[in-house]
Amino acid sequence: MLFKKPQVAFYPFMVLRDDYKCVRCKSCVDQCSFDATYYDEDLNMIMNHHENCVNCKRCEAFCPTDAIKVVKNPSTFHPDANWTPEAIRDIHVQMLTGAIILTSTGNDKPIRNYFDHLLLDACQVTNPPIDPLREPMELKTFIGRKTDALEFDPDGVSIKTTIGKQLELEIPVLFSAMSYGSINLNLQKAMARAAKEFGTYWNTGEGGLHRDLREYKECTIVQVASGRFGVDLEYLETSAAIEIKIGQGAKPGIGGHLPGEKVNEGIAQTRMIPVGSDAISPAPHHDIYSIEDLRQLIYALKEATNYEKPVFVKIAAVHNVAAIACGIAHAGADAVVIDGVRGGTGATPKSLRDHVGIPIELAIAAVDDRLRKEGLRNQVSLIAAGGFRSAVDVLKAVALGADAVYIGTVAKLAAGCTQCQQCHTGRCAWGITTNDPRLAKRLNPDIVAENLYNLLRAWAHDIKELLGAMGINAIESIRGNRLRLRSWGLTEQENKILGVLPAGM
Amino acid sequence: MGKRKLMKVYPIEENCISCRYCEVACTMVHSASKDPVKAYKLEGLLPRATVEVKGAVSLSLMCRHCKHPFCFDSCISGAIQVGEDGKVYLDEERCVGCWNCVLVCPFGAAHPFISDNEKKRHSFKCDLCGDRGFPACVEACPNRALVYDFER
Repeated sequence: MLFKKPQVAFYPFMVLRDDYKCVRCKSCVDQCSFDATYYDEDLNMIMNHHENCVNCKRCEAFCPTDAIKVVKNPSTFHPDANWTPEAIRDIHVQMLTGAIILTSTGNDKPIRNYFDHLLLDACQVTNPPIDPLREPMELKTFIGRKTDALEFDPDGVSIKTTIGKQLELEIPVLFSAMSYGSINLNLQKAMARAAKEFGTYWNTGEGGLHRDLREYKECTIVQVASGRFGVDLEYLETSAAIEIKIGQGAKPGIGGHLPGEKVNEGIAQTRMIPVGSDAISPAPHHDIYSIEDLRQLIYALKEATNYEKPVFVKIAAVHNVAAIACGIAHAGADAVVIDGVRGGTGATPKSLRDHVGIPIELAIAAVDDRLRKEGLRNQVSLIAAGGFRSAVDVLKAVALGADAVYIGTVAKLAAGCTQCQQCHTGRCAWGITTNDPRLAKRLNPDIVAENLYNLLRAWAHDIKELLGAMGINAIESIRGNRLRLRSWGLTEQENKILGVLPAGM
Repeated sequence: MGKRKLMKVYPIEENCISCRYCEVACTMVHSASKDPVKAYKLEGLLPRATVEVKGAVSLSLMCRHCKHPFCFDSCISGAIQVGEDGKVYLDEERCVGCWNCVLVCPFGAAHPFISDNEKKRHSFKCDLCGDRGFPACVEACPNRALVYDFER
């Protein structure tokens, strides 16, 4: 290609256009935010720079006459199981740029998904299933520290024991942390509205809480991360719970960097930093180098908020996650959040996204086991995150021992995301991970709030239906109940870690 | 003259994503074939609603059905009439193509049409989808950037 490096010609996607069907409305030209589509006046034709196409499918979705299809470039490299097109292209990028490869969303490598190897039980003859449409079925979930034992009044009826503040969820699903900056305010608005309406919670992420969202205080979890962006007393108090973010599944062990160009007035005000300055979250919290340090921060936050807010601690699922989770429980957290290897992000080095961390299924089982063995399980709730795709995944996670599940990618998908892995560019054509006003307005918070509400409703129905088949009428009865799970195609060692029997046993 | 009980199309600038669905839907429903491709390519039709884009600002623009329409004042052939319902009608058969309305419309909502063989020559504008009942542009808009509502 003229004036380009030769390797640019090996692009992965192509835009095919049925020129007869194209009415030259130029919708695709306007919709493309990656400079892959343009109109040539002399030829009166819509043309493409295929090398810029990222397969976001925005043009395809918005072509009024269905004239466009984005396809894989049929020109391939020589078939090679070792030197895949991805491996070759990565070398090309690095040899041209001398830089790490940045990417976004979650791990796209075929790491075994253990949810797909777990099967649920159902009732037949000897125990009756329940019809959730005719009988009451409860998904209510409480997140927070539970008591060690109950004390009763002498009358034997009233309970003397008091317990700390709990978060009350109508479904064991919460919207996970996505900061204002990495996503725009419209998606945060939509999540906050859907959470409020349905009876669950959304998480601010590390970018502070915008003024417009303070009205959603009751369903907001505010995050305190290593950059401490937007954290002040008002922020901590405008919440239902506080989450200390230590790590993230998509990039365990590294911090974050919101480039200065993206820090506009709204983001600057919310993050409490100057307009145009880089927002850098250090890899570690510089005041946390041990469990004791973590305890200090947990209690500093509790003290500041008069012990009215549960404090969560979020970590990435790494090799010794169980021991770390116990430490977090000992440090006084009310909930441990673990984010697995498939967790998403707005920007991460590709090598970290794809190769660091462990699958969430194994982490849930390991953490739940260890907390039980140490007698700490009642002291902390366990929230799992990272790659949950459906209500079935949620239910399997709960059966493995999680109290609730965070969904992030699913929320993005409900807002139109097509997983093109370009969040880090800030040019999201669907208006999700961008703050460019031209693009951000593509996400209408009214519409997305409805979509998210529908999704939660559908998942609630799904979970109830599955519980009913198992003859269970409350989610509480399946929590940690691994006897209702069987595995297939797993090794003995994997079954042992998951604490499940193989199918047939 | 008090408030008219007239329903018309209002663009919501913050929601408009310049996808031009309104344009194509408009062209389609005003075509004989009711097919968007044929409407543009065989019938040579053009949209009555047009999307204006400048940077982050975009909106769909169509006839505002003004209370005191300049197009009506300027029409030399009587093709433009104001109905009892307050709608501004343009009779394409009576129009002689003087383009006065095109020139005076402050919104740029009246457009000239000359057929390929130059036999047909008339201006055209939004008719609120008269016989259709509900404006096609509003129905097609994917981001709720157009609403059909009583005059405010």
